[in-house]
Amino acid sequence: MALTGVASAPSRNGRVGLGQDEAAQERPCGSLIARIASEFADRLQRRIPRGDLDERDPDFIRERLPLVWLVASIWFRGEVRGLGNIPDRGPVLLVGNHSGGNMTPDTILFTLAFSTFFGVERRFYQLAHNLVLAMPTLGYLRKFGTVAASPSNAREALETGAVLLIYPGGDYEVHRPSWLRNRIDFGGHKGFIRLALELGVPIVPVVAIGGQETALFVTRGERLARLLWLDRVLRLKALPISLAVPWGLNVGDMLGHIPLPAKLTIETLPAIDLRAEFGPDPNVDEIYDHLIRLMQETLDALASERRLPVLG
Amino acid sequence: MRVSANAKVAAPIDQVWSFVSDPERVLSFMSGVTRWEVEGARRTGLGARYRVLFRIGAAEIGGLIEVVEWEKPTELAWTSVLGVDQRGRWRLRQLSDGGTRVELRMGYGVAGSGPWGWLAERAAAPIVSGHLGRTARQLKRMIEHEQVRAHAAARRAARAA
Repeated sequence: MALTGVASAPSRNGRVGLGQDEAAQERPCGSLIARIASEFADRLQRRIPRGDLDERDPDFIRERLPLVWLVASIWFRGEVRGLGNIPDRGPVLLVGNHSGGNMTPDTILFTLAFSTFFGVERRFYQLAHNLVLAMPTLGYLRKFGTVAASPSNAREALETGAVLLIYPGGDYEVHRPSWLRNRIDFGGHKGFIRLALELGVPIVPVVAIGGQETALFVTRGERLARLLWLDRVLRLKALPISLAVPWGLNVGDMLGHIPLPAKLTIETLPAIDLRAEFGPDPNVDEIYDHLIRLMQETLDALASERRLPVLG
Repeated sequence: MRVSANAKVAAPIDQVWSFVSDPERVLSFMSGVTRWEVEGARRTGLGARYRVLFRIGAAEIGGLIEVVEWEKPTELAWTSVLGVDQRGRWRLRQLSDGGTRVELRMGYGVAGSGPWGWLAERAAAPIVSGHLGRTARQLKRMIEHEQVRAHAAARRAARAA
């Protein structure tokens, strides 16, 4: 369930993010295998549903909240702070750090907290990796407001006045090794900043800790993916390897895993009005560096509150 | 799911009513409440609306509530307009010794949420019940403390006169 930054497809380096080229589209097919691979990938792309903001269903969300509350409260002992920092009205771009492999427990907790704080009536969308939405069993996510990560979906959501949650680090960040768990790493994706500037939408940083302790994430497996030709066959540039329940050695995490009951804490920071803070013609790199620094400081503070991994 | 808490407060019923019916005082004695804001032009009375949030487990849960019963100084009840389904009631009764019996009741649930909803309601019950118990105790402490201070002030004024 790796939710990602604004993107339309996994890209050459296994990262996704607005401002990147759409995934390398067609490559020269030198062999039959490559041609079959290309055809397979195209079919997969066609399965990805077009983003339709109207698929979000407030009643569906309300009826699922008790289950999500049970999981978030009992399993993850979740705590979400500072939701009052999110402006009460109007479009907002929530920018989070992404953790937990394909299970992303922090997204579950944040969706619950947002929905109960502002009510399911407030339109709230999350951008997810295309492959997540293409999975037949995860179709219900669209009713939660999850839409395929693409610049046009992000723009459309914000233009309708909704709140949008994105993870610029995407699948690159979500599969980082566990020993880098307390590091913010957006992989250089800055497209979301340009979008926020263009639409005049405030950015609210959302910093989460604990997600990367729900399994032992060993490596992103970028070299392994290249070795197995996955980059050519499935356009997958990473093959994450972790130790996770119930598989033990978990390669790829395509079937997901049972996350360990790590304590999750999420801190929502004050909204940043980009033009008020950085002037009428702001520098995107400066904003990016500021955001990373701000979120890293918050993550360091949250990390210092934790005494033990998993237990919190 | 319905939970309740009660307390006997050594103060006249009108004084207790002035506390429980004042939206600005709620945050000072209601445990677990993180927001209790007046929504709209009407501050108190029948039809007054408040945006409220209670910290229950991993989330702040609440929504928009509306006062549906306002029988000064005995009954104040609200029901949710938006958010999690909930009903609440302050029930005050004058006792013969001059004190007031206070009962706070809350009913909550999510219609249509099936077995998980049933389970979540029961899992949340000890938390909600704990909040109500602390609220009743805190209300009693605040009002009685205010009584003591008022009496002391009256005694000082009498001595000075």
